[in-house]
Amino acid sequence: MDPLLRVEDIHKRYGTEEVLRGVSFQLDRGQTKVVIGPSGTGKSTLLRCINRLTAPDRGQVWLEDVEVTAPRAKINEIRSQIGFVFQDFNLFTHLTALDNVRLGLVKVKRMGKREATTRAMEELTRVGLKDKAGAYPAHLSGGQQQRVSIARALAMDPKLILFDEPTSALDPELIGEVLNVMAQLAEDGMTMIVVTHEMGFARSVADEIVFMEHGVIVEQGPPEKLFRSPEVARTGEFLRKISELYGAEE
Amino acid sequence: MTFNFDVSYLPQLAGGLVVTLEVTSCCIAIGIVLGILLALGRVYGGRFISIPCSIYIHFFRGTPLLVQLFIVYFGLPNWGIRLSAFASGILALGLNTAAYQAEYFRGAIQAVKAGQMVAARSLGLTRLQAIRHVVLPQALRLVIPPWSNELILMLKYSSIVFSIALYDLMGVGKRIASRHFNYFEVFIVLALLYLALVLLITLGLRWVERRLRVPGLGTAGRGA
Repeated sequence: MDPLLRVEDIHKRYGTEEVLRGVSFQLDRGQTKVVIGPSGTGKSTLLRCINRLTAPDRGQVWLEDVEVTAPRAKINEIRSQIGFVFQDFNLFTHLTALDNVRLGLVKVKRMGKREATTRAMEELTRVGLKDKAGAYPAHLSGGQQQRVSIARALAMDPKLILFDEPTSALDPELIGEVLNVMAQLAEDGMTMIVVTHEMGFARSVADEIVFMEHGVIVEQGPPEKLFRSPEVARTGEFLRKISELYGAEE
Repeated sequence: MTFNFDVSYLPQLAGGLVVTLEVTSCCIAIGIVLGILLALGRVYGGRFISIPCSIYIHFFRGTPLLVQLFIVYFGLPNWGIRLSAFASGILALGLNTAAYQAEYFRGAIQAVKAGQMVAARSLGLTRLQAIRHVVLPQALRLVIPPWSNELILMLKYSSIVFSIALYDLMGVGKRIASRHFNYFEVFIVLALLYLALVLLITLGLRWVERRLRVPGLGTAGRGA
């Protein structure tokens, strides 16, 4: 079967700094890829290049048989098929949880209000926030906000979801509820790319871990292999250090 | 000493009041529409849009309102554009307040967190949809307090239209006073009328702000 997503030789430069220096990988349907690496190595930029929130300087991104990076690509339609979950949630401040989830359905998918409400409530229920539908983001905890933002992404029926350090802005006691939702999604067969430092999550949920540094992929492979017998010394070194910090106990 | 003011002036003053309210609301309406467009042009327009918008704003903020009014009323007829006093008044005042309002709107648009736009685009909203459904609803809430000042200023500045023979509150007052030689009394009453209008507007806008208030946005935390 063809991969769902193909990323080929992506380059991105900010001024004199080359953040991405030729990144390529593929992602199959239903796979979860976790991207790890020191901060400032272009992980977030890579995610943003996939749905062109940031325009790559060079390289191609293919979603199934559609070239996302083509100049004439219908980018808004493509974006509606790629969920994006941000580090700091970015819920629409002026809208309730329900309206946050509904906005894309009504404005992008042109869904009727009734149908959109039903659909949005389904996803809010799925992330365990049915009873918070009427709450504004300011009245939700960080963990709840992030779960609403996952519901907002899910409601669009995306082909894949990109998570950009979804738990980095959360208080430690709120991280679990978000990771649980994400683990459940992976189990349900959602295709996901997750940039995270949560090694426990990476180890138990990822089909494949990608280790990035200085704008390139250093090594990628199944979690067991990377954790137990990495091919590159630097991978093992990073994993040991980060596991001490964040914990990767099974 | 007596306060030389006759209740028989009141119907005339009421007529003037109506003109004042008409001029103010028309020019404010022009200013809102044009001001939002100028602000969007400055924030989101490329260089070819944002620079002309800036020039417009600097021109109207950098020259006296009275000069602008005279250009429209006395100057444009030389170019074959003949507008009534009322049309000239709301046009000049509207173009002027648009420049000031644009700066308030721009500040408010820029105060909306960048992530809001990015999140909207990530869902597949076009830039225009994101502006309309995400950025502006927040910016317009944030802008109410500073924008109130502009509305109050325009209510007061609208009094300059008396100089192009419009009988607004000021124009009517001047006519009465020059006929009865009771400038002090008439203008004190005028001042009080303007003051009452300003108070009403202030209270009205506070009510609007409270009605539209959303937790977590701008001044929403105030007193909450």
